[in-house]
Amino acid sequence: MQLEKLVTDLHPPLTSHEASVESDRCYFCHDAPCITACPTGIDIPMFIRQINTGNPKGAAKTIFTQNIFGGMCARDCPTETLCEQACVRNTAEEQPVRIGELQRHATDSLMQSGEQPFKRAADSGKRVAVIGAGPAGISCAHRLSTYGHEVVVFDSRSKAGGLNEYGIAAYKTVDNFAQQEVDYICSIGGISFEFGKKLGDSLKLANLVQEYDAVFIGFGLASVNELSVPGADTEGVVDAVSFISELRQADDYESFGQSIGNPQDVVVIGGGMTAIDAAMQSRLLGAANVTIAYRRGYEHMNASEVEQHLAQTHGISIKPWLQPKAIHSNNGRISEIEFASVKLDNGELVETGDSRRIPADRVYKAIGQSLSPDALSIAGLELKGGRIQVNDERQTGHASIWAGGDCIGNSEDLTVAAVQDGKLAAESIHQSLS
Amino acid sequence: MATLESEFAGIKSPNPFWLASAPPTDKEYNVNRAFEAGWGGVVWKTLGEDPHIVNVNGPRYGAVWSSDRKLIGLNNIELITDRPLQTNLQEIVRVKKNWPDRALVVSLMVPCEEKIWKDILAQVEDTGADGVELNFGCPHGMSERGMGAAVGQVPDYITMVTEWCKQNSKLPVIVKLTPNITDIRYPARAASVGGADAVSLINTVSSIVSVNLDTMSPEPSIDGWGSHGGYCGPAVKPIALNMVSQIARDPETDNLPISGIGGITNWRDAAEFIALGAGNVQVCTAAMTYGFRIVEEMQTGLLNWMEEKGYSSIADFVGSATPNVKDWQDLNLNYVAKAKINQDLCIKCGRCHIACEDTSHQAITQTVNGERHYEVIDKECVGCNLCVSVCPVESCITMDQQVSGTDERTGQPISSEYANWTTHANNPASNSSG
Repeated sequence: MQLEKLVTDLHPPLTSHEASVESDRCYFCHDAPCITACPTGIDIPMFIRQINTGNPKGAAKTIFTQNIFGGMCARDCPTETLCEQACVRNTAEEQPVRIGELQRHATDSLMQSGEQPFKRAADSGKRVAVIGAGPAGISCAHRLSTYGHEVVVFDSRSKAGGLNEYGIAAYKTVDNFAQQEVDYICSIGGISFEFGKKLGDSLKLANLVQEYDAVFIGFGLASVNELSVPGADTEGVVDAVSFISELRQADDYESFGQSIGNPQDVVVIGGGMTAIDAAMQSRLLGAANVTIAYRRGYEHMNASEVEQHLAQTHGISIKPWLQPKAIHSNNGRISEIEFASVKLDNGELVETGDSRRIPADRVYKAIGQSLSPDALSIAGLELKGGRIQVNDERQTGHASIWAGGDCIGNSEDLTVAAVQDGKLAAESIHQSLS
Repeated sequence: MATLESEFAGIKSPNPFWLASAPPTDKEYNVNRAFEAGWGGVVWKTLGEDPHIVNVNGPRYGAVWSSDRKLIGLNNIELITDRPLQTNLQEIVRVKKNWPDRALVVSLMVPCEEKIWKDILAQVEDTGADGVELNFGCPHGMSERGMGAAVGQVPDYITMVTEWCKQNSKLPVIVKLTPNITDIRYPARAASVGGADAVSLINTVSSIVSVNLDTMSPEPSIDGWGSHGGYCGPAVKPIALNMVSQIARDPETDNLPISGIGGITNWRDAAEFIALGAGNVQVCTAAMTYGFRIVEEMQTGLLNWMEEKGYSSIADFVGSATPNVKDWQDLNLNYVAKAKINQDLCIKCGRCHIACEDTSHQAITQTVNGERHYEVIDKECVGCNLCVSVCPVESCITMDQQVSGTDERTGQPISSEYANWTTHANNPASNSSG
């Protein structure tokens, strides 16, 4: 009975009248703090005013000019910590303008019309390789295409979209939205894809640098951090990202649930949005008990308060200050997970001496991702904190290589930040090619 | 205990709230409902000669809405009653008999021939109605036939017809004025000269509410064409208030009772009209928007306010604000006020800054020490009140009078003496110049 909710919008789209009323709440602030709070710098007051004056297509163009993934960001941005957090209505009445939902209203209207707001410039004769068909790569490809450059996008998977397609909860992108969006963005032309191409195998960075005028790397974080506790290799201990990815690609959720044994006692380890997405979808698949265990406090979770609240109001228990110690099994099957209680002591996590066990027939690890070892060995690229180092223009130390998205050093691990990286890199590439 | 009992031009009613001559007062059924709801009186929808006129069979109204479809202004192209004269007269007889304590005034509009006026006046007198209102106001349709506003726009005609009515009827005569003139005092004086017992104003304002940009037809559209209508509702209240005050201040009409009409939606609006010189008020659009029950709020609101202020009857405050309406040249040029922003209430939307910066006097900061911070620069502030007008927070910006010291902007000492333009050195016609 919950399966339906897996693919139902958390917030149904605003009706025209709702959009009219909500857009009227915007004060059209001067030097608006919401614009500053948006990683892509969308002119939010302007697009909201355009909605209010019955010009939703103009609104969509305002959004897409800064953020070509405005449709997805309207769905999965943690607006409560970005634009809406900065809305002056918070000060006035603790109720920000619903910017995310208005953005969806505007972008939906243009995307549904199929109209592409941008025209490709005349062919420049320059070719750019983009590695990774996620938000960073496609954002970069689109902006380059507007300048007339030809772009070839390589991706190890069989579909474009990156984490939009493989890494976020289904209810954030219903009706195959991630694919529709990529198709819409790429309808500008000049962008082609080569799937099943992973850097390191058949694809050599050195060759790309030779064959193309510039290279953009946006391949994300392909490795999942390991849980190093006894029993971590027991069957039923799974990466949350793999679980989400398989679920997203499943044709039939009922069969998918059966294929993983319809787990009833799910424990998710981690405190980010991936943890929430894994927990929520487990619950909607039918698990009776879903627990998120996090080693620090609620306030330290990367998942916003709104995301935490979403989980808690769906019967998910979030238990803070628990550090995994061991995974116990019974007849080769996972049965319990043991945690040590921890606390902060002078900034260090220390065990309090208490421990607790939570029954589990499935454990999802959502404790972060990192650059794959292959990627780490890419010659000539400096790393910082295990990620690729870039300058403000998203250029690496190599003169013809740019990078963006989760794989770079200053990444915020957000779709919207990846889109901005791709856009800035494209502008910088265009400058260098002109 | 204060009372709302009202006597206007010799006509008594339990409260000063009458329904204006319009669709709500077109039939016995509606008027009975109005009296049941508590209205003090009605002006029956305008009667004309038989054969009765016909109305369009398509839309009669056009609207101006807020984003939330709040009705800001209403436009109509309906004509006078489209029912036979005898039907109306019979109903008036019954209504007056059933509601002896309520005011029942009959609106009239017939061609400018004395005999026709004489005949219809006699028939109205026979109904037991309390008075007549001469419709010299309707700006649409009937005016094309030499009636309504076509009479109200020619002061001599107003005097002539008013005289006929006074000579041929014992009933009090109220002359309803059109605002579609250049100076309302002239038609009011003409009514007074003709012997009118009172004037009522304003009738509707000539208007086209909107154009359908698909069909290029004005709204409301009748088979693709439109015609100007009469505008009413909250949007016209300021126009009406001014005209009421002009008549109340005019030495030639300052004893003429005024029935205030124009966008009155609540008790406060009514109190404002009365304070500017109206003896009672007439309401139409508010009732057409919300139904007759609004009169309950109007009665309790006005009564509570009167008791709070110590007024025991309507007459106690009729015209209380009139002496404070002056010509511009009489305003005190030594009165100096500066805007002051309450930083505790400010939500930092920046509207005051940009309004002042772009369109006025550059007297409000945008940032202070690098932070968004809005503060008035007294040296530049002319005290214009634009910032107060655009600020979304009530009482956040106030206009504070400077009572001593020096006006930083002009360098002039603040004087407590009254001085106006008539004596100002820059006035070529100044009494003291030269």
